Amino acid sequence: MTERSRPRLNIGAVRSTFAPWADPAAKPLVRFENVVKRFDGETAVNGVSLDIYPGEFFALLGPSGCGKTTLMRLLAGFETPDSGRITLAGEDLAGKPPHQRPVNMMFQSYALFPHLSVERNIAFGLKQQGMPKDQIADRVTEMLALVRLDGLARRKPHQLSGGQRQRVALARAIAPRPKMLLLDEPLAALDKKLREETQFELMALQQQLGMTFLIVTHDQEEAMVTADRIAVMRSGEIVQIGRPADVYEAPNSRYVADFIGDVNIFEGKAEFADGTTVRMSSPEAPGGFDIVEDDLLDVGSTAWLAVRPEKIEVHLDEPPPGPNRMAGKIEDIGYLGDWTTYLVELESGRTIRAARANAKRFVDRPVDWDDKVWLTFARDAGVVLTQ
Amino acid sequence: MKRGLTTFNIASLVIGFGFLYLPIVLLVIYSFNASRLVTVWGGFSTKWYASLFRNEQLLDAIWVTFRIGLISATIATVLGTFAAVALVRAGRFKGRTLFSGMIFAPLVMPEVILGLSLLLLFVSLGLPRGFWTVTVSHATVTMCYAAVVIQARLSAFDRQLEEAAQDLGCPPIKAFFAITLPNIAPAVAAAWMLAFTLSLDDLVIASFTSGPGSTTLPMRIYSQVRLGVSPEINAVSTLLIGLVATGVIAVYLFQMRKRREA
Repeated sequence: MTERSRPRLNIGAVRSTFAPWADPAAKPLVRFENVVKRFDGETAVNGVSLDIYPGEFFALLGPSGCGKTTLMRLLAGFETPDSGRITLAGEDLAGKPPHQRPVNMMFQSYALFPHLSVERNIAFGLKQQGMPKDQIADRVTEMLALVRLDGLARRKPHQLSGGQRQRVALARAIAPRPKMLLLDEPLAALDKKLREETQFELMALQQQLGMTFLIVTHDQEEAMVTADRIAVMRSGEIVQIGRPADVYEAPNSRYVADFIGDVNIFEGKAEFADGTTVRMSSPEAPGGFDIVEDDLLDVGSTAWLAVRPEKIEVHLDEPPPGPNRMAGKIEDIGYLGDWTTYLVELESGRTIRAARANAKRFVDRPVDWDDKVWLTFARDAGVVLTQ
Repeated sequence: MKRGLTTFNIASLVIGFGFLYLPIVLLVIYSFNASRLVTVWGGFSTKWYASLFRNEQLLDAIWVTFRIGLISATIATVLGTFAAVALVRAGRFKGRTLFSGMIFAPLVMPEVILGLSLLLLFVSLGLPRGFWTVTVSHATVTMCYAAVVIQARLSAFDRQLEEAAQDLGCPPIKAFFAITLPNIAPAVAAAWMLAFTLSLDDLVIASFTSGPGSTTLPMRIYSQVRLGVSPEINAVSTLLIGLVATGVIAVYLFQMRKRREA
């Protein structure tokens, strides 16, 4: 679901003018056309078509074994597709070995050369290009400054911390100025705090260099924070491509809704749909659901309503009856500091997640275990899914 | 458990090391014996060392042995590296099990059989036996040892390093020499040393495959001992022991220094 198909809704908080994928005249840097890759009869990549545009920060997101790393290795040249075509800047990459492809990869293990110092690691790609010695020295100095490793040029990789190694790997991959940088789970080995910092550093670096980045990750937060667009993958196929806010607020399937963030999914039957509103009946809510939705669902067909926990309100006083209202009992409370998650057991026995930002330090009536509560959400808080 | 040296530990150490080193110590002592009779001590003398350096036959044998060792160890290491790369890298190719089995077979095959089969080969090919037949034979046998040593190291080597090199624009062959080889260098050096020592030490295969003018030191010593042990042999053996010990200590010190740098 692109933005154009639902003009009334402005999705997400971020409004960016950078959207080459929406421009029919824009030429993609990388184009996957119906790419298929099998390993011993198992299909790792199953007919993927994908365009990545110059200057884009693109994320391939999915659980392990979904084919995202294979897709990246196909682009780097370490695997050959069984069928389909991959082009880079209009040029077919078929038959080109990895060392002739103008893309560089940052490996998950970093793959730093253990017998070479930091500066010689970074200089490695430049030497292969036949760059003169004095220029190599300048570029290495520049790269060391860029990743804030000045003073560590002479160190060997095993004398560095995990975060420093990660930055050497990054500097080594961008030093030859590739047309595109491939990052395979670049932050997976870092601890949480460092990972968050590095996410923002990566974004700043990408802006500064104007380079196209393709990141492979299983961490949805990493993809959401860094990427301009995300492709969500499942068993070798791309299920949805969109900006982080699109994928989060307008997932196109229960799989995507569930994979990205937390979600409550209610099953129900469509009772009414007029192109602006969908009404659903559901055993969970006596008043049914009333949702802003332009899909014209068939009356009587099964549909699912996905509502994020933070869009569900928890009331201690009974609200007036109506749609989008459920009664239940607090079963568990997860206090995270900035957020509190409530697990609410409905009368039907189902447990629903509701989350609330702790904007105030003191509240008049705190919600307690076993409290009787009512849950409501706005008409535009949920997404109706048909698959 | 009780730590430190108990009486039992001391006794087993003494007996063990006695077994290992007593014969060698005796040999070293008797190389400085003034008497011609090997078992009778006739006072301290270095005259056998002096006469050793006038014994052209023995010096020739030493020179031949070293040349054979250097060349055959080098050939064995190069071939062993190739074999190890094929075994570790090629994955599951057809006949891999057979190939890996065949490369290790000579390790357990009796040397006499190896020597005999090599001799038969050279005879049927009509090759005159001499320096090169011994060298080739040694390379053949020691190659298996080299392959085993290098294979162990290579299978622990992270292949992604080579991929990273290729990704940075380095062709595969060059990546092997620029990245893989320096990282498996200690194993390659160890393999070479092993092959060299095995060649230096070999009597059986050399006896089968050598010809006139290519008598190796072990062959010379063996044939002389059969005529009666000469103190000169003690002297040359002492020199050999000294050389090997120096080599081992040098390698050890070198590795210690590298570790401290690292």
